[in-house]
Amino acid sequence: MQPNDPILKLRDVQVHFPVKTGVFKRVTGHVRAVDGVDLDVRRGEVLGLVGESGCGKTTLGKAILQLVRATQGTVTYSGEDGETELTSLDDAGLFRFRKRLQIVFQDPHSSLNPAFTIFGSLEDPLRHYGVKTREERRKIVGDLLEAVNMRRESMDRYPHEFSGGQRQRIGIARALSIEPELIVCDEAVSALDVSIQAQVLQLLMELKREKNLTYVFITHDLSVTEYLCDRIAVMYLGKIVELCDAEDLYANTLHPYSQALLSAIPVADLDKKSRRIVLQGDVPSPVNPPSGCPFHPRCRYVVDRCKTEVPELRRFKSAKGEHMAACHLIDQPLAEQPLRTESP
Amino acid sequence: MTDANATRPRTRRDAQFDKIRDREAALAGTRQHTARFMSKFLNNRLAVVGFVIFAVICLMSLFAPLIAQHDPMSPNLRAIAKPPSAEHWFGTDKTGRDVFARVLYGGRVSILVGLGSALLSAIIGVIIGVYSGYVGGWLDWIAMRISEIFMSFPQIILVLLLVAILGQSLLNLIVIFTLTGWGGIYRMARARMLSIREEEYVQALRSFGLGPARIAYKHMLPNALGPIMVNITLSTAAFILQEAGLSFLGLGVPLSIPTWGNILNAAQDLRVLEQNWWIWLPVGATISLFVLSVNFIGDGLRDATDPSQQG
Ligand SMILES: Nc1ncnc2c1ncn2[C@@H]1O[C@H](COP(=O)(O)OP(=O)(O)O)[C@@H](O)[C@H]1O
Ligand SMILES: [Mg+2]
Repeated sequence: MQPNDPILKLRDVQVHFPVKTGVFKRVTGHVRAVDGVDLDVRRGEVLGLVGESGCGKTTLGKAILQLVRATQGTVTYSGEDGETELTSLDDAGLFRFRKRLQIVFQDPHSSLNPAFTIFGSLEDPLRHYGVKTREERRKIVGDLLEAVNMRRESMDRYPHEFSGGQRQRIGIARALSIEPELIVCDEAVSALDVSIQAQVLQLLMELKREKNLTYVFITHDLSVTEYLCDRIAVMYLGKIVELCDAEDLYANTLHPYSQALLSAIPVADLDKKSRRIVLQGDVPSPVNPPSGCPFHPRCRYVVDRCKTEVPELRRFKSAKGEHMAACHLIDQPLAEQPLRTESP
Repeated sequence: MTDANATRPRTRRDAQFDKIRDREAALAGTRQHTARFMSKFLNNRLAVVGFVIFAVICLMSLFAPLIAQHDPMSPNLRAIAKPPSAEHWFGTDKTGRDVFARVLYGGRVSILVGLGSALLSAIIGVIIGVYSGYVGGWLDWIAMRISEIFMSFPQIILVLLLVAILGQSLLNLIVIFTLTGWGGIYRMARARMLSIREEEYVQALRSFGLGPARIAYKHMLPNALGPIMVNITLSTAAFILQEAGLSFLGLGVPLSIPTWGNILNAAQDLRVLEQNWWIWLPVGATISLFVLSVNFIGDGLRDATDPSQQG
């Protein structure tokens, strides 16, 4: 097991939710929340997953943990005991692998059970994984809380007694409790104040170093990812449109959608004069995604080919590892393409 | 905040703050939840009044043998349909039985029927609703259809049917009320579960691979208890009224057992209704008072457990 070997392999993962309408609940269509994702997560890396709200990031995260089951495609976990296809296992078979994968959620208000003390919430998973006595469980929960910079005594308090940042740290402690190898952080800091965000992010990075964790870091905020992530995957309408080294994404952005996302980040650096690219129109509905390239109705560089032909995720030359993007037009310099207004 | 700044040397003020924090921590113990609930309930005057009336009627019924001077069943032929007096506080009925004793003893059965049926339907409704609401799928579909069948059946016809098959008895009445009543609590519990199901702490428990029964009953049910308790009180009141109604029609508890409904049954006679008000008015008033008090309690519980009204 080398540090850079994939810990997870996603192949053509699709999650389609049926849309039921009418009195008889007939299935009239599908929300294509995740629509064919190929992705490797490497052991020990921080993989950023960015995209606008509603593009399927949470669903993909849940599909990795088998909280929603993929309607098609495979999620394969590889560890010391070889490769296992999680998508083909039932609940009993998944038991062993649940321990390896965990998730930290976005909303600090609903991530803890209001009816239980912190200890009450955190002890049950421990019991489930074989920590028999109450004393042991209290010790472990206390240690976990200290690991996320909280007092041991907090375990006997209720969630409503804590601030958002504290609750988020408790959520992190819970994810750590069964010593996972990979943690999906679903907008783990998005709901927090900026000052507290930094504190929680720092904690996450310290824990990663201490415990050799792998993170899939989901966010809609590209300003967080640059300092945090090793690689970044940009998602649009259930598909990955660009996947590359983090620095490469900022230095050498290939996909027009990524460019638009990046241009929306406020820059403190006055030298970096970047004009904001305003996206036209709304995000199309994932029930009826556009034909061809899913981004074509909002793309500045659209040509006829984009409207009919679905672009593959293709490999491009790059100084840092591989750079993948799904766009027909990248082989030529983007700026020379006709603008949308000029094309018929 | 709990993060202490480790690099800075500790000052006296730090120690003071630690003390304040510790005191807060001690106050905010396990009892804090219950304490807030109690203070909200007690601040609701009607709920407190309701609880007092409820307790008085329950206790008087419970200790009926100590309070009542007369036997509720044995007729006194020398005192038939006598108005209230020092000897018979609520007077006597047409066979010379003491009405006060009958109201007390009747309360035992009526409250047993009301509370018993409400608790039984709550147990059934919650067991089914909590699980099927959480797991969904075909189990949920079947449970929903069964509850619809029970709820769409006119209750009076079900009663007639079951009385015809099973005969008239106290137990049968409780069975009938439970069969017709569980659907309401089932649906409420299920609806609560559907809304809690997507909460992130439930997703987190699932990601640990905890079983559905454990997640549903242990972790989610406590968050649905408020509305369930409200529902139990309100259906207690409804069942007591139904018992009175059915017994008035002669379909409830056998007439030989005194219940509030069976006492009212005497008022079917127009002469009693017009001339012997003491036979039906006290028991009618008791029923109304009891049902009203239970409803006040239910409203108080609803407000006290409503998380949107933090107070
Ligand atoms: N359980 C569900 N049933 C139906 N549609 C869903 C469900 N969960 C998510 N969706 C839909 O899938 C799409 C992607 O959602 P989500 O993964 O939450 O996006 P993101 O996390 O990127 O904001 C959205 O259009 C959302 O409405
Ligand atoms: Mg999301």
